[in-house]
Amino acid sequence: MSGYLGSYATLGILLVVGVVLFGAAFAGNRLLRPHRPDPGKLTTYESGVDPVGGDWAQAEIRYYVFAYLYVLFAVESVFLFPWALVFARPGFGTTTLVEMAVFVAVLLLGLLYAWRKGVLRWT
Amino acid sequence: MNPVLAADITLPHINYGAIAPILILLGMACVGVLAEAFLPRTLRYPVQVLVSLVAQVAGLATIIGLALSNYAKKPTLTAGDALAVDGPGLFLQGAVLVLGIVATLLIAERSVERGGAFVAQAAVTAGSEADAEQARRQPSQTEIFPLSLFALGGMMLFVSANDLLTMFVALEVFSLPLYLMCALARRRRLLSQEAAVKYFLLGAFSSAFFVYGIAMLYGFAGSVKFHDIAVAAISSGKSDLLMFIGLAMLAIGLLFKAAAVPFHVWTPDVYQGAPTPVTALMASCTKVAAFGGILRIFYVAFLDSRWDWRPVIGVIAVLTMVIGAILAVTQTDIKRLLAYSSIANAGYVLTGVLAMQKDGISSSLFYLVTYGFTVLAAFGLVTLVRDQDGEATHLSRWAGLGRKAPVLAGVFTFLMLSFAGIPLTSGFTGKFAVFSAALGGGQTTLVIFGVLSSVLLAFPYLRVVVLMYLQEPAADAPTVAVPGALTSAALAIGAIVTLLLGVWPSVLLDVANSAAQFVG
Amino acid sequence: MTLAEQVQYQSATGALSSVWLLIAIPLASAAVLLLLGRKADRWGHILGCASIGASFVLGLWYFFTLRGLGHKAVSLDLFNFIQVGRFKVDWGILYDPLSATFVLLITGVGFLIHVYAVGYMKEDPGRRRFFGYFNLFASAMLLLVLGNSFLMTFIGWEGVGLASYLLISWYQDRPAAATAGKKAFLMNRVGDAAFLVAMFLMFANLGSTDFATVFNGVGALPHGVTLAMALLLLAGACGKSGQFPLQAWLPDAMEGPTPVSALIHAATMVTAGVYLIARSNPIFDATSLGQTIVVAVGAFTLLLGCVIGCAKDDIKRVLAYSTVSQIGYMFLAVGLGGGAYALGILHLLAHGFFKAGLFLGAGSVMHGMKDQTDLRRFGGLWRYMPVTWATVGLGYLAIIGIPPLSGFFSKDPIIDAAFARGGWQGWVFGLAALLGAGLTAFYMTRLFVLTFHGKKRWTDDIEHPHESPGVMKLPMILLAVGSVAAGGLLVYGGFTTWLEPVFGTTEVPGHEPNRAMMIGISLAVVLVGVAIAWLLFRRGTALVEQPARSPIVRAARENLYGDVFNETVFELPGKLLTRAAVFFDGKGIDGIVTGLAAIVGGSSSRLRRLQTGFVRSYALTILGGALVVVAALMAVKLG
Repeated sequence: MSGYLGSYATLGILLVVGVVLFGAAFAGNRLLRPHRPDPGKLTTYESGVDPVGGDWAQAEIRYYVFAYLYVLFAVESVFLFPWALVFARPGFGTTTLVEMAVFVAVLLLGLLYAWRKGVLRWT
Repeated sequence: MNPVLAADITLPHINYGAIAPILILLGMACVGVLAEAFLPRTLRYPVQVLVSLVAQVAGLATIIGLALSNYAKKPTLTAGDALAVDGPGLFLQGAVLVLGIVATLLIAERSVERGGAFVAQAAVTAGSEADAEQARRQPSQTEIFPLSLFALGGMMLFVSANDLLTMFVALEVFSLPLYLMCALARRRRLLSQEAAVKYFLLGAFSSAFFVYGIAMLYGFAGSVKFHDIAVAAISSGKSDLLMFIGLAMLAIGLLFKAAAVPFHVWTPDVYQGAPTPVTALMASCTKVAAFGGILRIFYVAFLDSRWDWRPVIGVIAVLTMVIGAILAVTQTDIKRLLAYSSIANAGYVLTGVLAMQKDGISSSLFYLVTYGFTVLAAFGLVTLVRDQDGEATHLSRWAGLGRKAPVLAGVFTFLMLSFAGIPLTSGFTGKFAVFSAALGGGQTTLVIFGVLSSVLLAFPYLRVVVLMYLQEPAADAPTVAVPGALTSAALAIGAIVTLLLGVWPSVLLDVANSAAQFVG
Repeated sequence: MTLAEQVQYQSATGALSSVWLLIAIPLASAAVLLLLGRKADRWGHILGCASIGASFVLGLWYFFTLRGLGHKAVSLDLFNFIQVGRFKVDWGILYDPLSATFVLLITGVGFLIHVYAVGYMKEDPGRRRFFGYFNLFASAMLLLVLGNSFLMTFIGWEGVGLASYLLISWYQDRPAAATAGKKAFLMNRVGDAAFLVAMFLMFANLGSTDFATVFNGVGALPHGVTLAMALLLLAGACGKSGQFPLQAWLPDAMEGPTPVSALIHAATMVTAGVYLIARSNPIFDATSLGQTIVVAVGAFTLLLGCVIGCAKDDIKRVLAYSTVSQIGYMFLAVGLGGGAYALGILHLLAHGFFKAGLFLGAGSVMHGMKDQTDLRRFGGLWRYMPVTWATVGLGYLAIIGIPPLSGFFSKDPIIDAAFARGGWQGWVFGLAALLGAGLTAFYMTRLFVLTFHGKKRWTDDIEHPHESPGVMKLPMILLAVGSVAAGGLLVYGGFTTWLEPVFGTTEVPGHEPNRAMMIGISLAVVLVGVAIAWLLFRRGTALVEQPARSPIVRAARENLYGDVFNETVFELPGKLLTRAAVFFDGKGIDGIVTGLAAIVGGSSSRLRRLQTGFVRSYALTILGGALVVVAALMAVKLG
C-alpha cells in the first residue's frame, strides 16, 4: 500500500468490489427468477411499438453537419475564456488582441466556407 | 494542488521570421479555402494550382534563407519553446516541401485522366447514375489543393515541434486532410472510401496511443517539453516505469504513421485505395514527417535512456524490414507491392535512426529524401498505365509493357533498380549511408537483416521488370497514357534526382551532415 | 608479401593520369548507342568496335608506360563520391601490373569478340542495342579491375552483373533465356550480398574500403574477423565465377548469343572472382584456413564441372561446364597463395584466349548449322569448315594441355603446385587436379570428334553447311594464334616476375617437385583420356539419349543435382518463409479474430463476413503489437 502506485490500491479495491457486487446481483437474479420464455417476451422492446424492418436505418447527413459545426465552435470558444482573463493585464495588450483576432478570423473562414457551400441551408 | 495564477502567465515571445515557412503554408491554405468559396468554378483550378505552388516555393525559399542565415548552426527555440528551428528541423521542412512540390505536380495533372484523378462531387453516391455522369464529364473538385497545403503545413509543424502537445496538434493537422484526400478517387470510389475510413479509424486508434503516452510522460516528468523529459530521465528520483510506458505509447503512434511492423497493417489497403497522386504524397512526405518526429523524440527526449529501449525498437526495425520484404514477394498489385516496399524501406530508415549518433541523423535524412523522390516517380508512372476502368494496377496487366512503351518501361526499370539498391542509383547510396551509420553505432545485427531483406526485396522488383520485358502483352493490354506536362516534369525530376544522388550523393549528404544537430 | 610491409601507391603522373579514359570511352560509346536510338543503327556496330579498340590501344600505351616506371603501382583520385562523417569514399583508380594485365585481356579479347559479333549479329534487328550493352559491359568490367577500393570494384561488379543479365535474356521471346537471366541475377545477388557484408566488415573494423587501408590494417585484426572477411569475399567470388555451390547459373547463361558466352561467360566476367581473390591476397594470406577453403572449393568445382561436362550433349553447355571447371583450377591456384597467385592469373589469361576461341568456333558451327547445338547432330564437319576445324582444334589441344600450346604452360604448374602443398592436402588436391586434367581431355576429345569427325548425323534440313564470313573468321584465327602462343610467351616473357609487385613473391610454397616426372605423369593421364574418348566416339554416337546405366551418369545428366541442391538450400527456405508469412497474414490474424469471435458470439453466419481487410482485425494487430512493445520495454527495464 505504499510507493508511487500505492495510492491507486484504493481504486483497485473499489473496482474489484464493484465487479463482485455486480456479478452477485446478476447471479442472485438468475437463481431466484422464474424462466418461462415465449415469442412475445423475446421481441425487442421498442416502447410498446412493434419493431419493423432491418436495424440499418439511414440518418439525415445534415444532422451530422450541424452537430459537427456546433461542436467545433463550442469547443473553440473555450479558448476565449482564459484569454478574457489576461488580455487586459500589463504586458499583453495589442499583441494578444491581434492574435485572438487571427484565431477568430480562421474560425470565421471555416464558417464562411460552410455558408458558401450551402451547408447552412436546410432545404 | 497548486493553482496556476493568471499572473504567472507571461506572453511567450514568437520569432515570426523563424517560423515563417509554416505560417506561409498555413496562410496560403486559408487563401485557398477563400478561393474555393468565392471564385467561379472555372477559375478555381488555375488559381488553386498557382496558390499551391507559390506557397510551397515561397516556403522553400524562406527555409533556404533561414538555413543560409545560420539558423542551422545557431538553432533557436521559439513560441515558448514549443517550436525548434534547428538543422534537422529545417532540412526536414525543406524535404517535405521539395517532395510536396513534385507531388503537387502529380495531383494537378488533368490530361492523363480527363478532368484529373479526383472525384467532382464527393457526396454523390458511388456507383449511381450521377456518379457515372460526373466521372465522365465533370472536372475534379479543387478542394484537394488547400487540403494538401494544410497537410504539408502540418508536417512542417510536426517536424519542428519541440513539445509533445504541439507535436500532437501537428499530427492531427496533417492527418485529418490526408484522411479526406484518400477518399477522393474518381474511379473505384468504394475502394477509395473504404481506404479513407480504414485510415481514419486506425489513425484515430494510434493517436489515442500517442495521447496516452503524453499523459504518462507528463506524469513522469511534470512537463511535456522534450528537454524537460530528457532532464527528468537523468535526475528524476521517480520510477521510470511511467517513462517507458509513455515512450512505448509515443513510439506506437509515430511508428504507425511511419508504417513499421506490426503497425503497418493499414498501409497496403490505404495505398491501394487512395488516388495514386495522394498515395505518392503519403509515401514520400508523410514518411519524412513521421521519421522527423521519431528522430526528434529519440535524439532529444530519450537519448540518455537509449540502452534500455534500443533493443525493442531494433526488433521492430528487423520485423519491418523482413516482413515488408517477404510480403512484397507475393503481391500481385503494383500499388500493394510498392506499399510493402515502403514498409521495408521504413525499416531501413529506422536502422539508420537507431545508430544513435550524428551519422545516424544525417544518413536517415539523406535516405528519406532519396526514397521520397524515387517513390514519387514510381507512383507517377503507375498513373500512366491505364485501361478503360482507369489505372491498371494488377501486375499481370503490365506484361509486355517494355515493348509497347519502351521509355516508360525503361524509367520504371531504373526506379526498380534503385529500390533494389543497385549502385549508381540513389537507392544504393542511401542504403549504404544508413547501413554504415548503423554499423558505426554498433547495430551489426540490424545491418545483417537489412542486407538480407534487401536481397529478398530485389526479387519482387525484378519480377516486375521481367514481366514488362519478357512476357507477351495480353490482347486487351492497357494503354500507356501520354503524360501531360506536369506529370512529365514530376517523373523527370524523380528519375533525375534518383540518378544524381546515386552518382554524386555528396551534394545532399554534405547538407544533411551539416544539418544533423538537434537543439536540446 | 610479408604483412609488415606497407602497401603504398604512388600518385599517377604524366601519361597515366589519363588512365580513366579506359573506362570512359566505352561508357560514352554505350551511352551514345543506347540513347541515340534507331538513328545510330547504321554505324552503331562500328562505333562499338572502335571504342573498345581505342581502349585497347590506350591500354597498350599505359602498359608500356607502367613497365618503364620504377614503382609498379599508381593510383589516381578522381573525385569525392560519398562522405558521411568519418566515412569517405573517393572515385579512384589503381593501375598496377594486375590491373594492367586484366585491362589488356578485357580490351584485347573484347575487341576481337566485338569484331566477330559484327558478323554474328548481322541479321539481328537489335544489333546496335547489343553493342550498346557490350560496351556497357566492357566499361563496367574495366571499372571492376581498375577501382582502388572494394566499393569501386563492387560498383563495377554490379555493373557487369546487370549487363550480363541483359545479354543472357537477349532472346527474350525464348522462355528459357528469360528464366536463365533471372536465375543468373538471383544467384549473383546471393554472392553480392556476401560481398557487401564483407565491405561492411571492413568499414566497421578499419574505417575504409580502400585497398591500401584495408591491406595495411588487415594484419592487426583478430583472426576471426579476417576469416569472416575472406569467406564472405569467397562467397561473392563464387557467385560471380560460377563456383560451387553457386555454379548452376553459368551453364544456363549460354542461352545468350554466342559472342556473349565467349566474352562474358568465358573470358572475362566469370574470372572476376579470381581477380577479387587475387586482389585481396593480403586478406587471404592472413588466414591459412581461408586459403584452404578456397583451394577446396576450387578442387571440388573443377571435378564437378568435368564430370557434368562429360554427360552433356549441347556443345555450348559442354563448354560452359568446362569453363566452370577451368575456373576451378584458377581458384585452386589462387588459394594456394604465394607464387601460385601468378599461376592462377596466368591460367586465366591462357584460358581467356582458348576458351573464347572455342566459343567462337562453336558459334561458327552453329552459324553454319542453322543454330543447331546438339553434338549428336554434327559430325564430319571438318571438310566443310576447315578454318573452324583448325581454330577449334588448336583451342582443343591448348585446353587439354598438349605442349607447347598455352594450356600446357598454364595448367601443369597448377597441378605441380597442388602436389607441392604436401601432406594429405597435397595428395588430395593434386590428385583432383590431375584427374580433372584426364577428364578434361576426355570430354573435349568427345566434343571435337563428335563435331568434326565421324559420319554426318545432321538433321534433314541441312544440305551444305557453310563456313563463316571473314569478319568472323579473323577473330577466330587470332584467338587460335593466342591459344598456341600465349602460354609460352607469358612464361618465358617473365610474366610471374611482372606480377611480383602485386603478390610479393614468385616462390610457390612447398617443396620443389620433380618437374620431368610430373610432366610425364600428367601427359600420360591426358593421353589416356583422349584415347578412351577416341575409341568410344570415333564412330559417332546414338541419336537418342542412352538409358543411364549407372547412377553416376544419371547424376551427371542432372548437373550432379546442382539445381536440386540450389532449390533445396536457397529457394525452399525463402518459399517456406513467404508461405508462412502469407499464411500468418491471411489466416493467422484473421483466424484469431474469427476464432475469438466464434467463441464469444457463436453466430457463424455473421462471422463469414469477417474476412481479410477488416479494420477490427487490423486494430487487433496494432493493439497486440502495442502490448508486446510495452511489455518488452518493461521487461527490459525490470529484468
